[in-house]
Amino acid sequence: MKRKIHDLKVEASIFIERHRFIVFPLVLILIGLFCYFVLYELLIVKVFNIEIKYELNYAVYNTYYIKATKLTYIQLYLSGVYTTIKISLISIVIAMSLGTLLAVFRLSRVKILDIFAKAYIEFMRNTPLLIQIFFWYYGTDLLIPDFFKKWLYGQTSTEFAYGVIALSIYTSAFIAEEIRAGIQSIPKEQMEASRAQGLSFLQAMRLVILPQAFRIVIPPLISQSLNLTKNSSLVMAIGVVELMAASRFLYEGTYRVFEALTVTTVIYLSLSLLISFSINQYNRYFLKYIRY
Amino acid sequence: MSHARTKRLTNIILKTITFVILVLLFLSEIFFSSITHFFGNFMVVVKSYPYRIIANNMMFFLFGLRGKIGGITLTILVAAVSLSLAFITGIVFGLMRYSRRWWLSYPAIGYIELIRAVPLILVIFWFCFLPPGLSKQLKDVSRVYYAIMAFVCFTGAYVAEIVRAGIMSVGKGQMEAARSTGLTHTQAMTYIILPQALKNMIPSFVNQFVSLIKDTSLLWFVGVMEFTQTIFATSNREVNTDVTMGLYFFAAVVYFFICYPLTASSRWLERRLGVGER
Repeated sequence: MKRKIHDLKVEASIFIERHRFIVFPLVLILIGLFCYFVLYELLIVKVFNIEIKYELNYAVYNTYYIKATKLTYIQLYLSGVYTTIKISLISIVIAMSLGTLLAVFRLSRVKILDIFAKAYIEFMRNTPLLIQIFFWYYGTDLLIPDFFKKWLYGQTSTEFAYGVIALSIYTSAFIAEEIRAGIQSIPKEQMEASRAQGLSFLQAMRLVILPQAFRIVIPPLISQSLNLTKNSSLVMAIGVVELMAASRFLYEGTYRVFEALTVTTVIYLSLSLLISFSINQYNRYFLKYIRY
Repeated sequence: MSHARTKRLTNIILKTITFVILVLLFLSEIFFSSITHFFGNFMVVVKSYPYRIIANNMMFFLFGLRGKIGGITLTILVAAVSLSLAFITGIVFGLMRYSRRWWLSYPAIGYIELIRAVPLILVIFWFCFLPPGLSKQLKDVSRVYYAIMAFVCFTGAYVAEIVRAGIMSVGKGQMEAARSTGLTHTQAMTYIILPQALKNMIPSFVNQFVSLIKDTSLLWFVGVMEFTQTIFATSNREVNTDVTMGLYFFAAVVYFFICYPLTASSRWLERRLGVGER
């Protein structure tokens, strides 16, 4: 009997493994249905007596932003999701390039560059992001050169530009550390061996070291971009209307806190699950053969 | 190609590149005007650095408003209380996550994955803005307590992952040896595995404490008078906008001086305990 159950378990796991692209979404849908029927119908409506109506389509023109843009709540939400994705994508590109530069500084033999990069990374990693956002948004107005200021205030949303600046500068410190760790994790012997083969330093770096380092670095970089997506909710402090700010508008206008926060949680959850699912797929296919 | 030759070549290339860039920059008017603008205004910022404002508001920054606890004290207090409570939550959920029984491990996986997927501010909003709407008694509770609950809920998930990693770092042989000497699973866990695992976890805990101290700045959103809020209030009160940059820089430096010793000590502990060598 026990043997049979064990066999069934093995078969089930093989089945799930083979059809995971169908099984995981199905499981998620089932969890959603369970939440709806059990948690919502039973707990919320029957026990707590909270009346819930998803009337996202009527607009109460209460806040200045909604008044100015004439959005209904569902449009506000969608624009919030769009802004979150946009700010994360733009900042991650800038943060990657800045972070790579800093990692190169960290590894270079020029001492001044090393010290500069180290100080930058330590300072950025040990101060809160909110303070940094305030610093860039409220503080640096005097110091920005004129041509840059002209460009900045010509933007449709100046807050968005400041948010991108703060987020990318904050995240670049973390990314620099990840890239440095990735390059240093390749054993020294590889470099020595490839130099002994007759490759030049640049060739060895390009052909031997960097491809391996790149493979190791990608999963932490993806998780950093996930962190950035989560951190991007902080730019609502300076008035960027992204997902979190949209949900705040919604519950401030309609007193429907539960619904607004639930929708936001589900959206963030699906974004993160998408990214972590892609990390797992990556690990499964590309990191299989790397063992140190 | 010999080493000396590569060095010489790179040296020459770097020098030419820097020379060309410098010439191009000096030729352009934009650069010149922006440099003068920057240094001119930088001197304004340095000259109007708000020493006096910071000195006058020092007690406000340290202890908050009179009669209430706030400022840096509240920041550290909230972080310490939350971490010590999250420690318990984290160990419970970490052991559940490690368990082989599905009815123990699945809820733990659900909790950990859910919390790690959403931003902290969302958790804080859940805890701070939902309960006051439910009943009248909950409305009178201070927001600090709700925020501490949110921090415990959020950090617990991260601590649970740390605990699981710590237990996994101990090695299978220890458990097998303990079981073969006659200890039960629970006994082996409490007397053999967890003490070793906790030793390995210390650096990660210190890092978690640092990120908690940084995260307490999010109390700004719910209107609690902690350090970020005091700085914000002070900078809003000043009419002269030249001092804003100085104030926020001061805040960043204070956070840095609180957090950096902890980060450095965690790195030192990591080396000392040899955690990274495993």
